[in-house]
Amino acid sequence: MTPVALVLWCIAALVAISVLAVTISRSPGATPIIYGASLSASAAVFVVVLLQLVTPAASGLLPALVLPVGLPWLGAHFRLDALAAFFLVVINLGGAAASLYGLGYGRHETAPQRLLPFFPVFLAGMNLVVLAADAFTFLLSWEFMSLASWGLVMTHHRERDNRKAAYIYLVMASFGTFALLLAFGLLAGTSGSYDFATMRTAGHAPAVSALVLILMLIGAGSKAGLVPLHVWLPLAHPAAPSHVSALMSGVMTKVAVYGFIRVVFDLLGEPAWWSGMIVLLLGGVTAVVGILHALMEQDLKRLLAYSTIENIGVIFVSLGLALAFEANAMNLAAALALAAALFHVLNHSFFKSLLFFGAGAVLTATGERDMDKLGGLIHRMPLTSFAFLVGSVAISALPPFNGFVSEWLAFQAILQSPDLPQWGLKIMVPAVGGLLALSAALAAACFVKAFGVTFLGRPRTLAAQLAKEVDRFSLSAMFVLAALCLLAGILPGIAIDALAPVTLTLVGGRMPVQTSAPWLSIVPIAEGRSSYNGLLVLLFTAFAASLAAYMVHRLASRALRRAPAWDCGFPDLSPQTQYTSASFAQPIRRVFGTLLFQAKETVEMPAPGDPKPARFTLELRDLIWGGLYEPIAGAVWFAAERLNHLQFLTIRRYLSLVFLALVFLLLVLAIWS
Amino acid sequence: MSGGITFDIAHLLAGGLVLVSFMMLYQDRLYSLLNMFALHSLVLTLSVAWQAYVQHAPHLYVTAAIALGFKAIIIPVALHRMIRRLGIHREIETVVGIGPTMFVGMGLVALSMVVMLRVTQAADPLAREDLAFALAVLLLGLLVMVTRRNAVSQIVGFMSLENGLVLAATGAKGMPLVVEISVAFSILIAFIVIGVFLFRIRERFDTVDVRALDDFKGKRRR
Repeated sequence: MTPVALVLWCIAALVAISVLAVTISRSPGATPIIYGASLSASAAVFVVVLLQLVTPAASGLLPALVLPVGLPWLGAHFRLDALAAFFLVVINLGGAAASLYGLGYGRHETAPQRLLPFFPVFLAGMNLVVLAADAFTFLLSWEFMSLASWGLVMTHHRERDNRKAAYIYLVMASFGTFALLLAFGLLAGTSGSYDFATMRTAGHAPAVSALVLILMLIGAGSKAGLVPLHVWLPLAHPAAPSHVSALMSGVMTKVAVYGFIRVVFDLLGEPAWWSGMIVLLLGGVTAVVGILHALMEQDLKRLLAYSTIENIGVIFVSLGLALAFEANAMNLAAALALAAALFHVLNHSFFKSLLFFGAGAVLTATGERDMDKLGGLIHRMPLTSFAFLVGSVAISALPPFNGFVSEWLAFQAILQSPDLPQWGLKIMVPAVGGLLALSAALAAACFVKAFGVTFLGRPRTLAAQLAKEVDRFSLSAMFVLAALCLLAGILPGIAIDALAPVTLTLVGGRMPVQTSAPWLSIVPIAEGRSSYNGLLVLLFTAFAASLAAYMVHRLASRALRRAPAWDCGFPDLSPQTQYTSASFAQPIRRVFGTLLFQAKETVEMPAPGDPKPARFTLELRDLIWGGLYEPIAGAVWFAAERLNHLQFLTIRRYLSLVFLALVFLLLVLAIWS
Repeated sequence: MSGGITFDIAHLLAGGLVLVSFMMLYQDRLYSLLNMFALHSLVLTLSVAWQAYVQHAPHLYVTAAIALGFKAIIIPVALHRMIRRLGIHREIETVVGIGPTMFVGMGLVALSMVVMLRVTQAADPLAREDLAFALAVLLLGLLVMVTRRNAVSQIVGFMSLENGLVLAATGAKGMPLVVEISVAFSILIAFIVIGVFLFRIRERFDTVDVRALDDFKGKRRR
């Protein structure tokens, strides 16, 4: 049996699990059965695909598997090439981790019958998108994935905000799929061959390519969360249960990235140099806007969702660079940028899933998502805190964890930009590099805030004070991911070498073989220019820290001193006096907020003698929501109101309408021909 | 038989159908409208039979028989009885004046001629004429439906519209018998359903004027 067939069997198994979930989900034992089965199916796909990825003969020569379902003259094509294999690894690692986490987290679910049937099909849908090798199957699976995740967002449908989030998600998902549909229609051209293999070989006119690129940016971008199509993401991702949020944020956005790469790098052929510019600009803006929103947020899960937008921005910056380099036949640099993008895809799926699991653990323990009602959890939940800290460090791109490696690779690619011939790109790439650096710094600030306000300090509410450590399954899922973050950070060479077949097929180049580099270091271009060794950094950090600790304990003065107890700058012990998330973000809000969020701070001081409390109010407005979406929604409402009258006509009026329409069309025909 | 006579007779019958459609337009009594419809169906029967003879297509005779049986006899008789039972045979309905209706009808016939003759330039002349007349009959049937207020006359308009469809189908040489029979039966079923509805409407509103239905639909929202 070929690997494709094996993976398809696993997908069929996931669908069967979902059917099983429909029948048994009301019984108490359903949760472990369903998550256990999903875990084994995901793990099976993961193993099959990983074997496929590491065997050297696997590079893109396998024929497609055609199943006789779907459109009668087309069938359903499935193909497992290097790119698909890589993304299947990402999906199924995330899926397996989420299932493992769900084994514990799912026990607290109030309505498992609304969640369990959708979870396995969501996994199956994502796997199918990546496997699909014709436009029809791709779109069908894409929509399948969207609808399954919509069902998951609607799990807690009694809450008004969730219903609104799900509605906005549905609208944006349909819009995105519509753009994809048009893109594939253009790619198929007049010949109407929806098979990827024929699309790949057919040449495309420059205008068609440009249109397809823009449609893909809309279609895949709306799913991934590119600004300004990101508005649904911070609403919908947190609305789902936490392990599903992890899947949506960590994995489903990656499926969108996959769709973009598949079409733009694979099917569209040779890119134009300006296409890289568009993608770069959008990526840079997305990164900064996403992380600034995240900084303003005080809901932990929404903060994580906004941070996903930032990371998607980073990935798209790398993809834009890869496009620009590929257009100028700089294959090595293109391979470097693409590898940075793909590696960041992998890394982000690790640490974002980990962080959402952590947020879910906090939610289980305290019932709170609002950071200003948490605090001090490190004493009550030390293991969760440690895992969350690892995730925060990794996502803030600090060595020796994995986030640093991929962002460092992206910057290495940016440093290749002076060799680009076009002046537009020469000026643009460093500017976008500046945006990327800004967003990286802001991300660090953001996660200092997220970790500090949630886990450090003193508990702000009773719920936070009474928190208990979560169950073993949740913890083990978090620790597996934390370990993966560290492993990918100190042994990135293995992952980069595994990406070589992907970059070879897509941009016709590959990075130097990393495993042959001495001491496990990685070398993006050549050893003379730059190299990084995560293991060395880890060892140095560990050594320096131990040395410092030793010196403090051994060599510090042991003389007795009498002094007032140091209160850590924290003289009033009331929890209210601690930094809140809003106060932590205030300096950054002052700098960026007035322009980007129209932030308005008002302090209301009561007159002397008045016992009223003083009030501080903060208003933030999302300019994209107000400037782009509200007018569109207004126009749609206006048209709907007008058309509503058509619902209440008399029978004769309806007949007359039909009649007049017919006569009108005939008249057009009479005049036209 | 020479092509000229064949063509002329087909032309005559199809043109006759259009003429009867015009006659239906200005009938303001229900009984006379029904008689006109019976005549309409009879002309259709002749036309289809002639096509069957010309095209040597025996299955078209079946079509003609169906048209004669259902549309020229059963449906008019049934509608007659219905009108008598509903007691609306004296009702006069004037929605749009006869003059304007006739003018609109003429415009429609001209339109269908222009469209069809232009679009089907490559086709067989017999089929072309037939199609043009069929479109005219169809549009006139719709016009009857639009200008009437009484549910019974709307049914008649619908039936005459269907006659136009049958004319087009027989002229186009190639509509299989199965399709023809199924269309005929669906028309019959539509007739039965509408008939049942008529009585129900009547029971409830004491009238078959469709305005009553509109009132019943209730207040417009907003």
